[in-house]
Amino acid sequence: MSFLIDSSIMITSQILFFGFGWLFFMRQLFKDYEVRQYVVQVIFSVTFAFSCTMFELIIFEILGVLNSSSRYFHWKLNLCVILLILVFLVPFYIGYFIVSNIRLLHKQRLLFSCLLWLTFMYFFWKLGDPFPILSPKHGILSIEQLISRVGVIGVTLMALLSGFGAVNCPYTYMSYFLRNVTDVDILALERRLLQTMDMIISKKKRMAMTRRTMFQKGEVHNKPSGFWGMIKSITTSAPGSENLNLIQQEVDALEELSRQLFLETADLHATKATINIVFDRVGKTDPVTRGIEITVNYLGIQFDVKFWSQHISFILVGIIIVTSIRGLLITLTKFFYAISSSKSSNVIVLLLAQIMGMYFVSSVLLIRMSMPLEYRTIITEVLGELQFNFYHRWFDVIFLVSALSSILFLYLAHKQAPEKHMTP
Amino acid sequence: MASLDRVKVLVLGDSGVGKSSLVHLLCQNQVLGNPSWTVGCSVDVRVHDYKEGTPVEKTYYIELWDVGGSVGSASSVKSTRAVFYNSINGIILVHDLTNKKSSQNLYRWSSEALNKDLVPTGVLVTNGEYDQEQFAENQIPLLVIGTKLDQIHETKRHEVLTRTAFLAEDFNAEEINLVIEKRYSLRDSNQIPGFPDRKRFWGGTLKGLHYD
Repeated sequence: MSFLIDSSIMITSQILFFGFGWLFFMRQLFKDYEVRQYVVQVIFSVTFAFSCTMFELIIFEILGVLNSSSRYFHWKLNLCVILLILVFLVPFYIGYFIVSNIRLLHKQRLLFSCLLWLTFMYFFWKLGDPFPILSPKHGILSIEQLISRVGVIGVTLMALLSGFGAVNCPYTYMSYFLRNVTDVDILALERRLLQTMDMIISKKKRMAMTRRTMFQKGEVHNKPSGFWGMIKSITTSAPGSENLNLIQQEVDALEELSRQLFLETADLHATKATINIVFDRVGKTDPVTRGIEITVNYLGIQFDVKFWSQHISFILVGIIIVTSIRGLLITLTKFFYAISSSKSSNVIVLLLAQIMGMYFVSSVLLIRMSMPLEYRTIITEVLGELQFNFYHRWFDVIFLVSALSSILFLYLAHKQAPEKHMTP
Repeated sequence: MASLDRVKVLVLGDSGVGKSSLVHLLCQNQVLGNPSWTVGCSVDVRVHDYKEGTPVEKTYYIELWDVGGSVGSASSVKSTRAVFYNSINGIILVHDLTNKKSSQNLYRWSSEALNKDLVPTGVLVTNGEYDQEQFAENQIPLLVIGTKLDQIHETKRHEVLTRTAFLAEDFNAEEINLVIEKRYSLRDSNQIPGFPDRKRFWGGTLKGLHYD
């Protein structure tokens, strides 16, 4: 009886998460595109729903809600479903949509997408071999095997992103403050941009006029055809077409310059906007710190450790979960806007769903460390005998590598464009 | 050569609808082989004989300013784009017939271009809703072009074309629906259906300029 109640609670929450994922997809990610294939939206929402359910189960674990056997059952069920989605469903559809974009293979879409999926499975399996993840007791197609591999990919991803973010964030804020952009700078840059456009226009006018007079005089600008044509074009070329080529080269260079100027202007506008936002935020501390300050100052240091550990761990885990989900969704949205186009939007959304699923699974693995001992048991029970310490060490190594390479990359990029940072 | 009068026409529309291909077709009489994303603004020029064959014939340079980007861009990008919207003589709005959102976004595009004074705040006052009064007092001629007609199945063409006819009426604009395919590369531009219409449009734009 209690099992039925618990299951109905779980299912309701899953439907809620599914709805939230659906809305997010429609309002944020795809608000400038038309959804032609509803499959993509469904898959994205399902991945999101099951990922969030995992976190919900952790919180239930800490709070002691629901029957412990039903919790265990739902853990297993959830893990199986999410692994099925991440390893079988999403990669297959990614392959399918990539293949649909290529016109040549349109007829045998299914066949080629199956082939792509098999290649993916092969590399996915090979990935697990060099890592000391498992004890050799388990068979081939068990949950532990799959989760260990998914965990490795997810942890690598998280460490890479964290490393880059840790370095990039202070760098961009520092550079925004040091630059001190004024309106005068922006106007000057805009004037340069318009001047460049005018130069491009005048050159193109010359080209158009030259072509018109050539056409009227009867000189047709033929592409050299055949062997003799090529020899002839080397020795004698009409002065009109020579001119055109020269001007065309100048125009290409100017167009490149105009693109650079446009990007710089947009950058300056963004800097100006960010400075305003950041300055508004100074002086407000986050609620957790304030809460702790209040408790320490006013309630004294007479903590009942056992009583508080449950609540603090709950709050901590909750905060980690909420901020990481929010941060991930924001980053995904920015990334999506930056690189998608109407053709590839389906593929990119599925890739994002895959990354999101792997990210959440590995978060569960890593979160085990932040939980007190008595709550770790459920995760250890469900996930089997994975070498958790390996994952933590792997995360640290990749984080370090990623942070160092981002520092190197930013330093090189900084050296390439020194004139941008010199204020006139 | 620069002594000829100039007419500045903006080409606006969502990403990927075919603005760069259209501009290339108009100015170079050739189909663009490998279209890629437009960063910033790309300009091309066409020499046009207004009222050709009549004694009042005059040659003009028509500058087609193809502005890239999307309506949902950050306000910093929008403020940068506003630089290109000065002293325009005409606007061509391009939308993709296979993508409804691109037609709906045309309202926002035209508001952005016509209300360029409001852009720096980053917030459109009308919030994307359509306001007919805005366009009633608008002196700048508009032309709506729909692309990729060949990608719509025969049976659905009628309903798509009626929908776009309403769109053009809302803007009080003329409308042309296009197919941009490789086959046209060999034909003279006069034979492409819709090109005679285009000459009428230029006529309309230039007439407006004449009377100013």
